[in-house]
Amino acid sequence: MRVKAQMGMVMNLDKCIGCHTCSVTCKNVWTNRSGAEYMWFNDVETKPGIGYPKRWEDQERWRGGWELTRGGRLRLRSGPRARRLANIFFNPDLPELEDYYEPFTYRYGDLFDAGPSKHQPVARPISQVTGKDMNIEWGPNWEDDLAGGPTTGPQDPNMAGLEETVRMEYEQVFMMYLPRICEHCLNPSCVASCPSGAMYKRDEDGIVLVDQEACRGWRMCVSSCPYKKVYFNWQSGKAEKCTLCYPRLEAGMTTVCSETCVGRIRYVGVVLYDADKVEAAAATPDEHDLLDAQLDVFLDPEDPDVQAAALAAGITQDWVDAAVRSPIWQLAMKHRVALPLHPEYRTLPMVWYVPPLSPVMNMIEGEGAEADPDDVFPAIDSLRIPVQFLANLLSAGDEDVIRDVLKRLAAMRSYMRTKTVGGAPDPALAEAVGMSAHEVEEMYRLLGLAKSIDRFVIPTTHAEVGGLLDEHQGACGFTDPAGPGPCGALESAEYGDRVAAFHLGTRDEVAHATATPPPQPATRGGDGCGGGGCTCGDVAPGVA
Amino acid sequence: MSRADVFLFLALPYLAIGSFVVGHIWRYRRDGYSITARSTQLLERRWLRPGIILFHVGLLLVLGGHFIGILIPSSVTESLGMSEHAYHLMAVTSGMAAGSVLVIGFVILLVRRIAIAQVRVTTTGWDWVAEGLLAVVIGLGMWATIANNVIGGPYDYRATIAPWFRGIFTLNPDVSLVSGAPLLYQAHVVAAWLLLALWPYTRLVHAWSVPVGYIVRSPILYRSRALPQVGDSTPTGRSSR
Repeated sequence: MRVKAQMGMVMNLDKCIGCHTCSVTCKNVWTNRSGAEYMWFNDVETKPGIGYPKRWEDQERWRGGWELTRGGRLRLRSGPRARRLANIFFNPDLPELEDYYEPFTYRYGDLFDAGPSKHQPVARPISQVTGKDMNIEWGPNWEDDLAGGPTTGPQDPNMAGLEETVRMEYEQVFMMYLPRICEHCLNPSCVASCPSGAMYKRDEDGIVLVDQEACRGWRMCVSSCPYKKVYFNWQSGKAEKCTLCYPRLEAGMTTVCSETCVGRIRYVGVVLYDADKVEAAAATPDEHDLLDAQLDVFLDPEDPDVQAAALAAGITQDWVDAAVRSPIWQLAMKHRVALPLHPEYRTLPMVWYVPPLSPVMNMIEGEGAEADPDDVFPAIDSLRIPVQFLANLLSAGDEDVIRDVLKRLAAMRSYMRTKTVGGAPDPALAEAVGMSAHEVEEMYRLLGLAKSIDRFVIPTTHAEVGGLLDEHQGACGFTDPAGPGPCGALESAEYGDRVAAFHLGTRDEVAHATATPPPQPATRGGDGCGGGGCTCGDVAPGVA
Repeated sequence: MSRADVFLFLALPYLAIGSFVVGHIWRYRRDGYSITARSTQLLERRWLRPGIILFHVGLLLVLGGHFIGILIPSSVTESLGMSEHAYHLMAVTSGMAAGSVLVIGFVILLVRRIAIAQVRVTTTGWDWVAEGLLAVVIGLGMWATIANNVIGGPYDYRATIAPWFRGIFTLNPDVSLVSGAPLLYQAHVVAAWLLLALWPYTRLVHAWSVPVGYIVRSPILYRSRALPQVGDSTPTGRSSR
């Protein structure tokens, strides 16, 4: 057993209202820069729809994630290493800018500078790449709330197996929101595909990052990520991705997207897992068994043996405590209502989703039978959002898994309603879904009432292990003059001086600094930049 | 052997080599962040595909040809039983073929870079310098190959330019060997030295990023934030699965 800690997230789709606050706050913090205009580390898609970039789930086209060879061995879907090296000049699996969208702004100055005229002046759209006039033909979130749904909806890869034409008719139409960030997978295909070895998982919390200094712009990570959550900065020529807001997490704050979530749908916490089991779990032959295989990789943080092994592996007591209180552990493992997105990509993703129920309840309530489990549960198959669609999204097509989760959620609602309205909850309702009355109420508290302190259980990074955090807090982001955190302590210095300062923190000096109090600010012992000895420079500077 | 000859064929090579070495050290130490292929595939893929593949394959073939033609003395090929005429025939045909591939790829890339606005805006001043020098070196080289084959008589560069070039690395270059060479060859050589001198300051540095280590490394990499301990055998805190 090799215990590692992993930061994870659960999103309760039942409560997502599709307001895009997460996307906007994330963009303002992380990708509001030249070359990154088209990137959305967090985006919210309306499903069914083709999403961002277009048809990202079509792995026949983009070859993202992993597959099993005929011999049952795990291999990147983009083929053996030799294929990627052979395609190093031109990556045939890479999406083009128009698959995302050409970023644009408007010539607002025209509104002010226009002379007197018969007609109102107009702000023309201009490309943020070329600065020239352009026609906007696609954009971020183009299909919001099923805009263009009859055209793009049936092209959603998750519609496979559904009677598409019927499902897009007005009377039967359905939709749901799917907020997406990087999955910070246990078995990340982007990391495995990077020829330069610039991508890595942080040992302490499993966050997947790009070492900006080591990245050589070969673009294999972009196509190999099945979620298309690694982006290529056309200005800097480097890959960038969601950082899970590690500078915030290290200080015990939650990510920007979850902090600002209006519907409070997001949960962030620690999961303990056995790193030795990851590869075998990802190579599980039957796709339908992948969920159980991943759950089996996770370790029960309440188990004293696991706790002892975690402490022996260098995980501190407060992290173990956080794992016990982790909402991820409770929703995914204890109550089993959260599911991984597209487990069939075999990356063992760590952002999980509670499938949406609200449209279900309307149906059930319509039939006026919410109190009787015998009537509640059959209704699940006549839901507005087809079970098969959710299954294609969240359980590799296994409809029983979705039914199981939806039944728990429906039972919880019925149970709590009878308790609140009638005063006499029916324990049989809980037992029918294999839960105790106490567990149902616990789940209800977590899904319905939880405050920040319960939704975000985030242990801070240990300065005595990881270096002087306060000195580096937010100090190092994208190592780029225009980046959001170009080593803040030196922000006022000239760029050249800043670069010079990076290199003062060489490995030798850092090693020296472990013995003597570090002089300031020359020695910058590793912080969140993830790299070994150094921060922004020598080993692993800016991170994207 | 004029003063200009001494500068161009004695001083320039050593200056270029010096700039090449010092420039790379500087680039990696001071500006490592900027080392990338700066691909424009995201912005345009239709023309990039034929252009970049033909260019790189052609370039590798042409470099291989130069390696054989210049670094291997004619005495070696003759001892292998290859006559000067046979060698010349082989060199010209394969050189023409590889050169054509390179030129076609280069022209596609150059036209694409100029004509397509999205690609043009990503081009820096140093990119244009590298592009211009490459155009001169490739153009003169191709011209020399054609002139050598079709128009004029064969010029035996293996008796003049090649020994002079090898002499540079044995610190004993004979400038008189090259000062009598045709102007075409001299210009090609001078432009090539300039390209080498400016190499580390342009995007051409990405040539040293060929990811050979990828073939053997483990797929999933972990990096630890922990400070390296004195005497730690893995000072960077990296591990892998």
